[in-house]
Amino acid sequence: MSPFDSGGSSAPPPLSDSAFAGVLLAVDPTLTGIRVLGWSGPDRDRWLRGVTGLRPGAAIRKMPVSISEDRLLGGLDLTATLAAGRAVHGTGILAESHDGFLVLAMAERLSAAIAAQLAAAIDGASGITLIALDEGIGQDEAPPAALLDRLAFTVKIGAADATAWPAAAAIAAAARRLHRIDCLPDVSERLCALAAMMGVRSVRAEIFALRAARAAAAWRGADSIEEADIALAARLVLVPRATQMPSSAEPPPEPPAPAEAESQAEGETQEQTLEDKIAEATAAVLPEKLLEALAAQLGPRRMIRGAGTAGAAAGAERGRPAGARPGHLSGRTRLSVLDTIRAAAPWQRLRRAGMSPERSQNRIIVRAEDFHIRRFKEQPRRIAIFAVDASGSSAVNRLAEAKGAILLLLADCYVQRDEVALIAFRGAGADLLLPPTHALARARRALAALPGGGPTPLAAGINAALALAIMQRRAGKQPLLVILTDGGANIGQDGKAGRAAAGRDALAAAKACGAQNLPALVVDTAPRRQKFVAELAGAMAARYVPLPYADAARLSRAVQANGGSHGRAAA
Amino acid sequence: MKPVFPFTAIVGQDEMRDALVIAAIEPRLSGVLIFGDRGTGKSTAVRALAAVLPDMAAVAGCAYNCDPADAGALCDACRQAEQRITRRIPVPVVDLPLGASEDRVVGALNLERALADGAKIFEPGLLARAHRGFLYIDEVNLLEDHIVDLLLDVAASGENVVEREGMSLRHPARFVLIGSGNPEEGELRPQLLDRFGLCVDVQTPVEIARRVEVVRRRDAFDRDPAAFCEAYAPAEAALRGRILAARKKLPEVTVADEILSRAAEICVALGTDGLRGELTLLRAARAWAAYEGEAAVSMAHLRRMTEPALRHRLRRDPLDDSLAGTRVARAVAEVFVE
Repeated sequence: MSPFDSGGSSAPPPLSDSAFAGVLLAVDPTLTGIRVLGWSGPDRDRWLRGVTGLRPGAAIRKMPVSISEDRLLGGLDLTATLAAGRAVHGTGILAESHDGFLVLAMAERLSAAIAAQLAAAIDGASGITLIALDEGIGQDEAPPAALLDRLAFTVKIGAADATAWPAAAAIAAAARRLHRIDCLPDVSERLCALAAMMGVRSVRAEIFALRAARAAAAWRGADSIEEADIALAARLVLVPRATQMPSSAEPPPEPPAPAEAESQAEGETQEQTLEDKIAEATAAVLPEKLLEALAAQLGPRRMIRGAGTAGAAAGAERGRPAGARPGHLSGRTRLSVLDTIRAAAPWQRLRRAGMSPERSQNRIIVRAEDFHIRRFKEQPRRIAIFAVDASGSSAVNRLAEAKGAILLLLADCYVQRDEVALIAFRGAGADLLLPPTHALARARRALAALPGGGPTPLAAGINAALALAIMQRRAGKQPLLVILTDGGANIGQDGKAGRAAAGRDALAAAKACGAQNLPALVVDTAPRRQKFVAELAGAMAARYVPLPYADAARLSRAVQANGGSHGRAAA
Repeated sequence: MKPVFPFTAIVGQDEMRDALVIAAIEPRLSGVLIFGDRGTGKSTAVRALAAVLPDMAAVAGCAYNCDPADAGALCDACRQAEQRITRRIPVPVVDLPLGASEDRVVGALNLERALADGAKIFEPGLLARAHRGFLYIDEVNLLEDHIVDLLLDVAASGENVVEREGMSLRHPARFVLIGSGNPEEGELRPQLLDRFGLCVDVQTPVEIARRVEVVRRRDAFDRDPAAFCEAYAPAEAALRGRILAARKKLPEVTVADEILSRAAEICVALGTDGLRGELTLLRAARAWAAYEGEAAVSMAHLRRMTEPALRHRLRRDPLDDSLAGTRVARAVAEVFVE
């Protein structure tokens, strides 16, 4: 609910946060956009209708994630051009949504390439208000970071968001007031101090927060930005970008206190409450897992989201050219002009016959059946998913050697520009130590920090690797599983100890892997060959490599052979 | 035209600003790579730099903005033209977005003309538009490999050779390559890394006072761009004058043997690959000396440029995450012992 219990003289009706963000966006379109978390449903539809209704007359365009470059940026409309016999240009969706709303469905599936085009359009001040509908689950699925950084707000839509939306006239009036609102120097100081407390990195955040605070003041009908505006801006703009708890034991590099003490009119008690409020809001908005990670260690200072997914999701419409074939023009195909003209050439005399001379003169008559579309061959991106047994038995056996082997494999991945991900299983379950990335230095760091010890939840490890592999395959990549274990499974799928059950669960998980037809490699890290590990490899239709006989270099060759042939044939 | 945030109003980020200025003085350095987080003013700085630079003379109507004064580098059309009319245009800054198609980068057959009247006309691409200006690639480390291949070749030869769709032509494409990206999100191919003359690291400012200043200036600009630019106009003019003077002075800047051998020494100490490191280092040091208004390169100039010129050229183990900057700094401290 809105923090405005004591607003200006003409207090507008209270709005929910998500509605408020929409209002601010309408008042000041330079806030650029909003990321809307939540699945499609009547609540979201209602919200969308409400927001777009704030600026009647503004264009509303909806963009699918699979949009082609032509459709995005505009270009020659070939079919229409041929039919009309003169150039017909199609406008791109970016131009069409100028000074209006561009609604991005399923923004979490957006490719980095399209995100880059959108970011360029935003930087070019095209006046587009972007509404990114993000249906992602968890941190692994998120819109590209380049885009997120340029959207002012992040809101979650709930059932409680059924608000009475304000009238468009009130928005227009607030927009007119916008430039009259003074920004006292201490306002930007406060916002920067808050951002520092929350570990916000990008300076865009504070710029957006200031604009949001000003828009909020304009909306209240006030002449200057007040505490309530700052609180709102912090909640809507800064909190979603927070990477650390404001109450973090580690003080920010420069404590915000002095700057505030000298300039702030309010007493210290009120100061405290605002900070507290924001701390609460942070706790409510931050993803649960991140909080845990933060609490456990003074861990990563920022979330790395969507890293490395760039350019991966590509269809056959990109890549190296590989000939042309007859086909229909659609949004995603590209015309091969030469082949099209070549196909049309033999028919020219025949086609001209039925035409008036002035129309047919100097023109090639191309019909839709002549169209040849270009084909492209794109190398699928590989991703090697390492699942490492870091249990006590494994640590005694050869965790260090397994680490060495992985390092070698990583170097291979670097040469081939593959991505890597690292999962470790020990104790009660499996952890994704390293989300898919190209940055191998990070992989190495994650591996070096990998502790050993505890029982072996083998089934959980295999399942985690499988889940990640399936997700990556969905994203258009080619996963390769590498599982390193000594086979001493003693924790079952249900998290309970027990050798027999654990073994059964592990085999079941391995079978599930095999059913997915994923190229896989099982490395036996036990001092002697373990029958169980070989059995596991069999169930996964994977190649079995016992480490005692495999020096690290041989292992690396094995991965190459498997990955190179792209399938189980090599297994 | 929409006002651009002034270059001289950018808060801090001295290394990045200096590198960009030097790339503008000495285009043969062939570019700057800016590594750092989002929201550190990378794009702002690139666009602002172009606005600082004086307009350039170009042949009117030429798709490649040929330089009328440089007869050797004219495109075919300009060479054959009987008379060339000169006009003044702003220095182009062309964005190469991720996911741009090959057609858009290299240029392609003009479909409109091909289909409407069967003419074979070349439609210039981004490389043509960037000629004599800047080609800016944000998130360059995420660029697709086949586009990187194209760029590598063009950046090395200064010429775009088009052999496709029955067209066979070449046109000049000399540009200053500016790339930015976050190394955590992906590695850059070593070949591409090598094409950038200078490499700088930018950090998000952490001091509150500095961030406040950034926000404040941005806010002032947003509220009244014209007045804000007006306030910075003298500083912009001064910088423009300094860059012009440096360009004029650059050919006369001398390099003593002692400096040459010190440059070689530091490259050996760092184990950089090939000779490009030394060449770049010396070029950058000369440009810096020219910018400082000196007639000869001093040790201080050399030292100042060592890090940006060599940081990205160390032979590296992909798994070694020890910062290249630290290694360079250590080598600098050892070699420059006075």
